[in-house]
Amino acid sequence: MQNYHLDHLQHLETEAIHIMREVAGEFERPALLFSGGKDSICLLRLAEKAFRPSDIPMPFLNVETGHEFPELIEFRDRRAKQLGAKLIVRTVDQALAKGTATQAPGEVSRNKLQIPVLLGAIEEFRFDCAIGGARRDEEKARAKERFFSFRDSFGQWDPKNQRPEIWNLYNGRLNAGENMRVFPLSNWTEMDVWEYIKRERLEVPSIYFSHTRECFRRGGQWLPLPPEHTDPTKPDPYAGARPKPSEPRKTMVCRVRTIADMISTGMVESPASTFDDIIAEVAAARVTERGSRADDKASEAAMEDRKKAGYF
Amino acid sequence: MSLTTAPHVPVDILRFNTCGSVDDGKSTLIGRLLYDSKSLMEDQIEALERSADITGGGQINLANLTDGLRAEREQGITIDVAYRYFATPRRKFIIADTPGHVQYTRNMVTGASSANLSIILVDARTGVIEQSRRHTAIAALLRIPHLVVAINKMDLVGWSQARFLEIRAQFEEFLPRLDIKDVKFIPMSALNGDNVVEPSPHTPWYVGPTLLGHLETVHIASDWNLNGFRLPVQWVNRPNNPTDQSLHDFRGFSGQIAGGIVKVGQKVIAFPAGIVSTVKQIWTYDGPVQEAFCPQSVTLVLEHDIDISRGSMLVGLDHLPGSSSELQAEVCWMHPRALQAGKKYYLKHTTHTVQVAVTEIVNKLNLATLESETGATELAMNDIGEIRLRTAKPLVFDGYSANRLTGSFILIEQGTNATVAAGMLNPPREIVKPENGDYVI
Ligand SMILES: Nc1nc2c(ncn2[C@@H]2O[C@H](COP(=O)(O)OP(=O)(O)OP(=O)(O)O)[C@@H](O)[C@H]2O)c(=O)[nH]1
Ligand SMILES: [Mg+2]
Repeated sequence: MQNYHLDHLQHLETEAIHIMREVAGEFERPALLFSGGKDSICLLRLAEKAFRPSDIPMPFLNVETGHEFPELIEFRDRRAKQLGAKLIVRTVDQALAKGTATQAPGEVSRNKLQIPVLLGAIEEFRFDCAIGGARRDEEKARAKERFFSFRDSFGQWDPKNQRPEIWNLYNGRLNAGENMRVFPLSNWTEMDVWEYIKRERLEVPSIYFSHTRECFRRGGQWLPLPPEHTDPTKPDPYAGARPKPSEPRKTMVCRVRTIADMISTGMVESPASTFDDIIAEVAAARVTERGSRADDKASEAAMEDRKKAGYF
Repeated sequence: MSLTTAPHVPVDILRFNTCGSVDDGKSTLIGRLLYDSKSLMEDQIEALERSADITGGGQINLANLTDGLRAEREQGITIDVAYRYFATPRRKFIIADTPGHVQYTRNMVTGASSANLSIILVDARTGVIEQSRRHTAIAALLRIPHLVVAINKMDLVGWSQARFLEIRAQFEEFLPRLDIKDVKFIPMSALNGDNVVEPSPHTPWYVGPTLLGHLETVHIASDWNLNGFRLPVQWVNRPNNPTDQSLHDFRGFSGQIAGGIVKVGQKVIAFPAGIVSTVKQIWTYDGPVQEAFCPQSVTLVLEHDIDISRGSMLVGLDHLPGSSSELQAEVCWMHPRALQAGKKYYLKHTTHTVQVAVTEIVNKLNLATLESETGATELAMNDIGEIRLRTAKPLVFDGYSANRLTGSFILIEQGTNATVAAGMLNPPREIVKPENGDYVI
């Protein structure tokens, strides 16, 4: 420590901790969006670093589409418990039942339906701030996002009229009904995330590592085959996420590079079974991680449109 | 996919931004830099080619790589900053591609505020115009240590060395009025890639480095000030009902060190109380440490029970800061409602937000001459000027030139909560006086 130098991960870390503490200092009812994915795993460690030995002063919030990887849900619940945090889960199914969300005819993806569920949870718990793990290097609309991203009382992002954000002085002031989305990992790249996970020896869900899985081909991607439907008294929770007879199947040695739910996550063929393997794979990658996300392929402005409507 | 790639080596980071007037080629330059340094992924190149077929008549538009908003692509201009990340074997880079349009100067200030280096683009056909001077002045005001003047679109002026020298002279005429230490001039064509990553065959008269060559080798000094310990308190760390008995009386002050070094056993003054105590422990998640430095995030435990909360500042006994409620500062005004003397705002400085009244507009920068002129009655959007302020409670601060983190502030409009100005404090006239007996318990 004598040379008073921080390496680039330490810089990113102290920047993110500073942002987390600004959230705790400036907002009355913040929440932390925790999905169990690699970015939010980093967020939890940063929250521990920001707030220990105290409790993390905000609940975790997750929006379920109902098409999740079971491994992810198991990991999410276990991790929240380990950290002694309150985990709030709100689901697309609840919103459909209550009528606060409605599915577009013919659409199977529930990606967009997460928006009313998230906005509903923000309203229900009167959250004034939600910390998310989005990074600017993921996607070109995200590349435009501030650390403190203001949302009006409809939850909308107005990219043409963002607050200036100068030095590390974040303006967290809100009027009633407005809220803030805060992204401490804004300056992190996919590589930084994996190097941090490795350095901190963080556990990640098993599906990030190479395993054998049956997949089927849809929309130019290999999608995972969902778990069997075993309880015939209930509707199939993965309906729509199952292959049609016309869709080819294959058993693959694969892993996920980025996780959405089972019908938006393309599996990538990979033998990577350690953090070092994954880091080498990311270094050699010729496509971006979002290249394996069905939800972003909709159009050039798919992400921008969802964000304007209140997406995280 | 092969797993035998060379191990990824972490290197230092250069943060830079592009600026200059609208359409001078900033976004094209960033696209070219990413493309020629092979930093683009296949799906990004495919997306570029797809949009070239749909809207570009087959010609790919490199600016689309950073112009990520629909409205930007429709109008062919940049509206807000886009951040991009890339690395070469020598360095990591964080790029902020900022808009040139006058209406979006606030977003240029946003992108420039964290930069170590600014690239100012000038269209070789038009030469220096007001917006080039405004952006150069803002870069100087922000104290960005390195400037590159990219004289772009040289392909449209027949690669004329005379034109290059003429524009350089236009800059050199006003640069002495600004405090900028290191300026480099590079002739280029962002569109065709001349002198961006590869040296250009069209400029045999230019012997300097390419843009990327310069970015990879320019010496970057640390942004951080290691003289004079400053810890703006962000959050008081008090565990609720801890199971660990030893934490029962734990009371730590969490924050990011904004200057200097702190050691266990060292004396610190807690402001605004003005009381001296001793550092008992430097707590971090990874275990206690004996010393910590700027810009680390830590939690300090002190010997004495002092009234300290968010917005308080802990400082070391050497290199003392100033403390005053009468301040003078340079500001960039960023809102359509002009600044008027007499109006009240919120001022956020470090972790401290106070009410403030603007008492006087001292001067305003004339962007044609870059001279400061007295007699201004207001600062309109995109104006730069010096103002006097009176805060409801004294601020503990440094001059911006001594410490960026404790010498900067933003102004927030009451009611709308809009961020309306970026401010850089002048050095304090008086520093706090430690010999005053009040400081000791
Ligand atoms: N001939 C020529 N054209 C160029 C060059 N660089 C950029 N252009 C063109 O200039 C136009 C504007 O380029 P942009 O990169 O969008 O300009 P900008 O500076 O980013 O503009 P704003 O962000 O809106 O301020 C585009 O049509 C480019 O193709 C160059 O070196 N030579
Ligand atoms: Mg541009």
